[in-house]
Amino acid sequence: MTTHYLVLSALLFVIGGVGVLVRRNAIVVFMCVELMLNACNLAFVTFARQNGNLDGQVIAFFVMIVAAAEVVIGLAIIVTIFRTRRSASVDDVNLLKY
Amino acid sequence: MNGTIPAPTIEYALLAPMLVVFGAAIIGVLVEAFAPRYLRSAIHKPLTLLTLAGAFVITIWQARTGIPTTPSAMGAVAVDGPALFIWGTILVLAFVSVLLINDEGHFVASAAAVPGSAEEERALTEGATHTEVYPLVLFAVGGMLLFPAANDLLAMFVALEVMSLPLYLLCGLARRRRLLSQEAAVKYFLLGAFSSAFFLYGTALLYGYAGSVDLAKINTALGSVGGQDTLLYIGVAMLGVGLLFKIGAAPFQAWKPDVYQGSPTPITALMASGTLVAAFGALLRVFWVALGGLEWSWTPIMWGVAILTMVVGAILAITQTDIKRMLAYSSIAHGGFLLIGVVALGNNQQQNASALSALLFYLVAYGFTTVGAFAVVTTVRDAGGEAWHLSRWAGLGKRRPLVAVVFSLFLLAFAGIPLTSGFFGKYAVFQAAVAAGATPLVVVGVVSSAIAAFFYVRVIVLMFFSDPAADGPSVVIPGGTWAVGAVAVLATVVLGVFPQPVLDLAHTAAQSLFVR
Repeated sequence: MTTHYLVLSALLFVIGGVGVLVRRNAIVVFMCVELMLNACNLAFVTFARQNGNLDGQVIAFFVMIVAAAEVVIGLAIIVTIFRTRRSASVDDVNLLKY
Repeated sequence: MNGTIPAPTIEYALLAPMLVVFGAAIIGVLVEAFAPRYLRSAIHKPLTLLTLAGAFVITIWQARTGIPTTPSAMGAVAVDGPALFIWGTILVLAFVSVLLINDEGHFVASAAAVPGSAEEERALTEGATHTEVYPLVLFAVGGMLLFPAANDLLAMFVALEVMSLPLYLLCGLARRRRLLSQEAAVKYFLLGAFSSAFFLYGTALLYGYAGSVDLAKINTALGSVGGQDTLLYIGVAMLGVGLLFKIGAAPFQAWKPDVYQGSPTPITALMASGTLVAAFGALLRVFWVALGGLEWSWTPIMWGVAILTMVVGAILAITQTDIKRMLAYSSIAHGGFLLIGVVALGNNQQQNASALSALLFYLVAYGFTTVGAFAVVTTVRDAGGEAWHLSRWAGLGKRRPLVAVVFSLFLLAFAGIPLTSGFFGKYAVFQAAVAAGATPLVVVGVVSSAIAAFFYVRVIVLMFFSDPAADGPSVVIPGGTWAVGAVAVLATVVLGVFPQPVLDLAHTAAQSLFVR
């Protein structure tokens, strides 16, 4: 019964996606993106089981490494902007528009 | 499964351009770690330029010794005609962009220091500079090389990230207007990470559908797997979102003006040329190789996206008062023109090859012109940095005629006026689209070109026919920028007057289409 896992993965992805759209704090937005990547991992592993090959499990490792690299860069950028503006709210970065 | 794992074979010679670039990037990191500060810049500049030139020479040599007809590296990378052409284009454009990066004063003294703080003051007086820019650029270029050559979706995802992550950082390193620069980095990063999550979930769904992430195997599965269409269609849509975001196609274009405006201008030049070329290569490979059998399903959507992109790009560009934002919207509109070529997938190989060669030519022509245009933007400066507001450009033609003439040439090339490279690029793409029966799309393309021509001409009129302000901006042209301008002018004029050699080259590269 892999369907349950796929439903869970889709739910996690949607929660992450909605979080990116509605949350204000850049760190929380970024955590939601990470949640989406983990939803992808769950889907990959489930499909690996369903398809009967190991590709999906190997891909999950690649995704974890990429996500780790993304965390390093993301936190660096968010910390920089926090130090400049004393705020990590995505609503405050509003100088560039129109 | 009997417990033995066959050793994979890697064709190192075929992957050499990428390996050289990545190797040099790692050496660059070591230089950052071990070389004394006063030596770093002197090591990085020649190292980066020689690496890009060397990788270009290897690419040419590969193209001359014969193009492989099967994917390399266990099917993960396809070094085929279009890939080699795109590699050559990206390497030349990156070389030119690095010449622009080499000039002083574009990058922050210390990115960790808060703007206006004593710490920043100290870094400035010490003459510190972020030489990390060079390895980051090389990593980004390496990702750009892998992205259009990736033959499975996993390699493509990794390439997407290797290309994007250094660019996120580079966006935030502008010396002037640091708040804008940091804001551009945050926006690009959050939206880019969001879109790559979509790309990845799309990959997962296609893997669930086809049982493989290999592009050719997905295409085979299109004909044989039944009853799982939901997985397939949602997967294709999400994959498309990820790729169209990188191109900046509407409705995923919102990041582009902000990021192009806030980033250091040499990095904008690299993004506007190299990233666009790489992303179009990847988009073509995914939609033509993996989803070619699904053409009837995605073509109508792509029509809509192309129309929306052209119209949004052209119309919003009119309202801009900032030169970099205007060029960003122009880049969005050009993305739309290029999407016309993606839709021009016909039903025979000859037609597809001519559409592909038209796209490749367009990418070369647009890449050079756009690097040149951003190079000109770096030269017009106020006391507080580059003069971005259009009103500051008034009367530039009277004060510095040469700069204004060069910039006008680039704008005319963007508009697609005959005798510039932009004309033949547009002509080739539109012709291929008409041959494939996409005439309504071409009509929209021509109309939005006309709208776009309005604001290009408006800038030219502003430069030549209005009086310069008394406190107008100064024009400073460092050596590297001179070279970039000269190369871009040469490319724009030569491709506009004698396009045939490059057209022939693009045609040869496109002849056998993508390998499967």
